[in-house]
Amino acid sequence: MAEEVKLFRTWSSPFPLRIIWAMKLKGIEYETIFEDLSNKSHLLLHYNPVYKKVPVLVHNGKPISESLVILEYIDETWKQPPLLLPEDPYERAMARFWAKFCDEKVLPPVADVLVTQGKEQEAALAQHMENMKRVEEELKGKKFFGGEAIGFADIAYGWMANLLSVMEEVTGLKLTDAEAFPAISTWLQSFSDVPLIKENWPPREKLVSKYQAFREKRLALAAEATSK
Amino acid sequence: MANKEVRVLGAWPSPFVMRARIALNIKKLDYEFLQEQLGSKSELLLKSNPVHKKIPVLIHGDKPICESLVIVQYVDEVWSSGPSILPSDPYDRAIARFWAAYIDDKWFPSLSGIPRAQGEEAKMAAIQQVRDGLELLEDAFVKCSKGKPFFGGDSIGYLDIAFGCFLGWLRVTEKSNGVKLLDETKTPNLAKWAVRFCSDVAVKDVMPDTDKLAEFAKVLFAKFRAPPPSN
Repeated sequence: MAEEVKLFRTWSSPFPLRIIWAMKLKGIEYETIFEDLSNKSHLLLHYNPVYKKVPVLVHNGKPISESLVILEYIDETWKQPPLLLPEDPYERAMARFWAKFCDEKVLPPVADVLVTQGKEQEAALAQHMENMKRVEEELKGKKFFGGEAIGFADIAYGWMANLLSVMEEVTGLKLTDAEAFPAISTWLQSFSDVPLIKENWPPREKLVSKYQAFREKRLALAAEATSK
Repeated sequence: MANKEVRVLGAWPSPFVMRARIALNIKKLDYEFLQEQLGSKSELLLKSNPVHKKIPVLIHGDKPICESLVIVQYVDEVWSSGPSILPSDPYDRAIARFWAAYIDDKWFPSLSGIPRAQGEEAKMAAIQQVRDGLELLEDAFVKCSKGKPFFGGDSIGYLDIAFGCFLGWLRVTEKSNGVKLLDETKTPNLAKWAVRFCSDVAVKDVMPDTDKLAEFAKVLFAKFRAPPPSN
């Protein structure tokens, strides 16, 4: 039977981008369905009733949600190289550990820095810097999290390679530092230099406008809430 | 198997630690269980898990592995000749991983939300959230089990472990708040599954007694004025 692979995404979200990178790395053909999250399609709600979010991968009619779950599914279903997860169980555990650290610990303070100001934003920034120290330690002496080639954890952290600078532009704050985090700086460059990564970034100016507008909206809501 | 080869840093009340122990039990592996004391962290823990400083940690030889579900998958992949913990079909594996992540990201935090809720209204809302989650998991059970006794099929698997480890704390929460959360009239399949899970040979020696756990919860809340830390 012909493979039917569909990916639900938005133009800007970094999570579906992880899936696009994985599928392009493996040479998997797929159809893209763009969603407007302010007006979700019936199909999206049907395929992801629990979270109603992107990405959703639909393979021969069967839906999978949650980007890290989808990445493992892709690696296990399309076994051609490159392997996203290493073969050694200990290395696999490390990749999963760091991917989890990314989503649970690294992402939230960055999101907070975007939507807050004053003391709240300072606290989020401080937490972010602590996280960056951890990531810096892990990347020391390595080209990628996965070693010589990009893998599962690199794909998880990939959003940093374009969104950190977008957030810096929107907030006027420094989120990384070549001197304090040399391994991360090198990684950001190496990751961005991978051709299929470079080719698939959402348009930068559009991202800056979007996150600028998002920041303003959230700050306004917060001001409204405190003035009540 | 020399039992110094596999060590688990943990504590008997922790549902996350239980996950690691159940996985090792399924594979019939001997291990040394090194218990951390409440309120202090051993040097070995700080050295083995510098990022989170939390239990469980599995130490295999000299290699530490952290994060309970990462540990469970590691055990499954290293001791691959034993009974399988994850399903063999990639789609079934994805579904198991999806629901395990849901349990950690949404359902367990909602359970912890009950003792944290301030005021009656907030408490009722928190309780409803847990019940809504259980209804989702009831559906998931029907789909995953395909008529068999466990999420994993004939024997306990990844999702059974991911969810079942919370049954002790679920019962403690029910008792101390005077509410029924796992209700055999609303989620009949889960109610029956819970009994089977707790009596499974890989589970029964590591599932804490509800009364003992309730006593521990009192000490914990008194000491820290907050519900148990999550991992």
